[in-house]
Amino acid sequence: MKKLLIAAALGAAFGAAHAQQPVKIGVVMTLSGQFADAGNQMHNGIKTYMKMHGDTVAGRKIEIITKDTGGPAPDVAKRLAQELVVRDGVDILAGWVLTPNAMAAADVSAEAKKFMVVMNAATSVIITKSPYMIRTSVTLPQVMETFGTWAATKGGIKQSYTMVTDYGPGHDSENAFQSAFKAAGGTIVGAVRFPVANPDFSAFVQRAKDIGPESIFIFIPGGAQPAALGKAFAERGIDKKKTRVLGSGETTAEAALKAMGDNALDIITAWHYDYMSKSPLNQKFVKEYQGVAGGRNPDFFSIGGYDGMHAIYETLKKTGGKTDGDTLIAAAKGLKWESPRGPMMIDPDTRDVVQNVYIRRVQRVGNDLVNVPFDTIPMVKDPAGERRKQK
Amino acid sequence: MLSSLAAVLFDGFAYGMLLFLLSVGLSVTLGMMNFVNLAHCSFAAVGGYATVTLVNRLGWPFLATLPIAFAAAALVSILLERTLYRRLYRSSDLDQCLLTIGIVFISVAAFAWFYTTEQQSARVPEYLKGSVQFLGVNFAVYRLFLIVFGLATTAILVLLLEQTRFGARVRAAVDNQRMARGLGIDVDRAFMITFALGGGLAGLGGALAIEVIGLDPAFALTYLVYVLIVVAVGGLGSIGGSFAAAAVLGISDMAGKYYFPWLGAFLIYLVMVALLMWRPAGLFGKR
Amino acid sequence: MRWHPLEIAFWLCTLLPFAVAPSYLSLASQIAITALFALSLDLILGYAGIVSLGHAAFFGFGAYSAGLLSKHYLGEPLTGLLAAAIAAGVLGYALSHVIVRFRHLALIMLTLGFGLLLHEAANSASALTGGADGLQGIKVGTLFGFKFDMFGRTAYAYSLAVLFLCFLICRRIIHSPFGLALRGIRENATRMPAIGAPSRAHLRKAYTIAAAIAGIAGALLTQTTSTVSLEVLSFGRSADVLVILILGGAGRLYGGIIGAIIYLVARDQFSGINPQYWYFWIGLLLVVVVMFLPNGILGGLARFFPRRA
Repeated sequence: MKKLLIAAALGAAFGAAHAQQPVKIGVVMTLSGQFADAGNQMHNGIKTYMKMHGDTVAGRKIEIITKDTGGPAPDVAKRLAQELVVRDGVDILAGWVLTPNAMAAADVSAEAKKFMVVMNAATSVIITKSPYMIRTSVTLPQVMETFGTWAATKGGIKQSYTMVTDYGPGHDSENAFQSAFKAAGGTIVGAVRFPVANPDFSAFVQRAKDIGPESIFIFIPGGAQPAALGKAFAERGIDKKKTRVLGSGETTAEAALKAMGDNALDIITAWHYDYMSKSPLNQKFVKEYQGVAGGRNPDFFSIGGYDGMHAIYETLKKTGGKTDGDTLIAAAKGLKWESPRGPMMIDPDTRDVVQNVYIRRVQRVGNDLVNVPFDTIPMVKDPAGERRKQK
Repeated sequence: MLSSLAAVLFDGFAYGMLLFLLSVGLSVTLGMMNFVNLAHCSFAAVGGYATVTLVNRLGWPFLATLPIAFAAAALVSILLERTLYRRLYRSSDLDQCLLTIGIVFISVAAFAWFYTTEQQSARVPEYLKGSVQFLGVNFAVYRLFLIVFGLATTAILVLLLEQTRFGARVRAAVDNQRMARGLGIDVDRAFMITFALGGGLAGLGGALAIEVIGLDPAFALTYLVYVLIVVAVGGLGSIGGSFAAAAVLGISDMAGKYYFPWLGAFLIYLVMVALLMWRPAGLFGKR
Repeated sequence: MRWHPLEIAFWLCTLLPFAVAPSYLSLASQIAITALFALSLDLILGYAGIVSLGHAAFFGFGAYSAGLLSKHYLGEPLTGLLAAAIAAGVLGYALSHVIVRFRHLALIMLTLGFGLLLHEAANSASALTGGADGLQGIKVGTLFGFKFDMFGRTAYAYSLAVLFLCFLICRRIIHSPFGLALRGIRENATRMPAIGAPSRAHLRKAYTIAAAIAGIAGALLTQTTSTVSLEVLSFGRSADVLVILILGGAGRLYGGIIGAIIYLVARDQFSGINPQYWYFWIGLLLVVVVMFLPNGILGGLARFFPRRA
């Protein structure tokens, strides 16, 4: 057993010294099942980056090996990560749409000392599972706590009723928003959790309406649900000027806005990326992305993949093509760059993503519904990570 | 208080009508030929994607696409029946399961290939959007539409079954296939037509469902469980059973979420288990 | 009860991966675990005739039992295995009282319902189970001094040994008078009590044993991967194992094992070649097998080899 490990390590070292060898990146995503779209968008983001920046870095070619976990399947994710390391000899483990998969694979990253780039999974604690991991997506506390604080202070909202989906990210968002909102002086007047695959929201929205709160905070995953919820609000007659609706970025994603139509107007969301941003870098990115993705627009899964590849390319440039875990992670800490989403940094202590959080309102601009940003909280660090540091 | 009860009943009933449309075809064909067609929701997805293509890519008005959704799904079901299904009528239930699950996987891949995994929506005409107020309660227009549609379909189906010769043949075949054959009834033809009808209705359900529950390639797998629940609770081969089961499940799901949100998804499964333990053959089942 | 030479050859071949495919040992381990799970389903489906769409309830219950035990008390694997078997067995025994009263579609839907309810319960009890993120902090100990590492050696050796042991137990059961009675019940449930075989008691016993073995399989998964999440209780897992058993051929003892090998290897290969649409090929495989090999692979092959059931 130990001999194999030493052999593998020697092989890796030799591989790194041989500048002609390609850098192998194992990308593990959900390409089938319920979360297939997220995986596909992430994949497109990766392909777009490589199209825009070529496939050679520091004199070495980049080789991507893609794997599908089929959904939340930590046993499969772990096995795929192991096989990528043992069988395919990858230098870097990337991808990771879902939290349980990222958590399981982190063990492999730690054991094999492989650089790991989490391009989506948003649960805060993931980053602690391997010292070779960085994240280029977002963490829920990062957005939701910021949102809670903003709502009670600049947003001028005194009360809120929270409605979240009854699963990990939903619970995390609920906790994050509520604690920050209360800490900033707001009152939570009630809370409800929807079952996970809930197709119909009218009963829940009716309950909210009966209470008549000043604002409603919602967290639901993308897919069919945001549109269904938006329609429920309209059908139950919730006036968004009187009852402010606060949501995460997924609630007003492109497909949701299309399906909700005018029902989406005046929803206020906090998020880290919108494809309609007018920055020149983003407009270029969107154009290239459409070419790669058959005309589709990017979303936050895409930008996670794109920036993940950027982090990989930049760290490889810094290490001159060396791919062992220790060198790469040292180079990645403190990495700063301008992304289509805005300025970004990899926190040198926690290795987590630091970025702007934008507060946006859905408005009609010309013929389209757009998430128009009207406030920005700059370079937010993951508050949960900061609290962990203090312990 | 009373107004929220009315709202819950209304919404639940509308949701039930959707479930009814999606499930009635499976109930009748399962009851008639004992053929386990787990690919039933793939037919629903065919109808849904037909509507999406016509509305989004060709600009058709929503209502005009509904007959096409029906026809497309019916066509696909006849195709499958003639080529693959009929060879397995004498096979075990398990083999039929395997075949139809294989077809579901293939269909999911096909939809993903042609339409990507993106969530689909189809623009619904303005007069079907929004809500109307009546006695202080908000009634969503689209749900009213679903209820009217569901009731009309039930009426037509019952009329078909009770008043026509074709219906008599179908009822005979459901009750006792061997005897029906012995009486000279062309059971295979009756089944093919019923199968097409059931598939077509599923397609219609799929098209109507887009506005309420969305559409993506995995639809065929996601809603299979709910459809099976309606069919089992209603009783095989029974239109009235499917109607009652769908209504009960839709309303209890909605009522549960409103009055006991902490029970969440539990309620629909608890109701199913309770009803099946009380009536194993289904509410109006014959066996 | 002699061993057919093909059987001996088969079991010897299961040792091959150590030598010829050492980088596939993690996959081999998961195949062995799934094979065990399918074997447990065969006991009730193939032999006792109970079609279950919720068998993952026991798999998951065993998985979480082993996980919780190793997180809070003791990481020793064999103890965890025992605990999982007992926990899942007790659950199986309790549910069997309801299950055996029903037949046909009602039975199938009840098993489905119980599976879904347990899945929901685990989701709600997220403080205990970790919810959708999975149980964190599982510390699995060493097995006779061997660690469960990323090369999968210990994992496969462990899973294979447990699979073989449980297989021996099942083989014994099938060829015993109890096993024959089960098959009699499957063929004609009404007649069996008339010849002195208490149907319901036998079915309950079979169900309990099957649940315990499924629980062992679940525990194996937790221990070899140090992870467990809600997915082990999902309808997807129940449906997968059913498909695997039907694919291999139910009621033939080896059906679950053959099915698991073919299905999981095919899935791994298709997924590697075509990660976005591999399930198309799997679907095609299933359709082709059904059209040409009725009653599963072993059932279809039985037409060429006259075998004992």
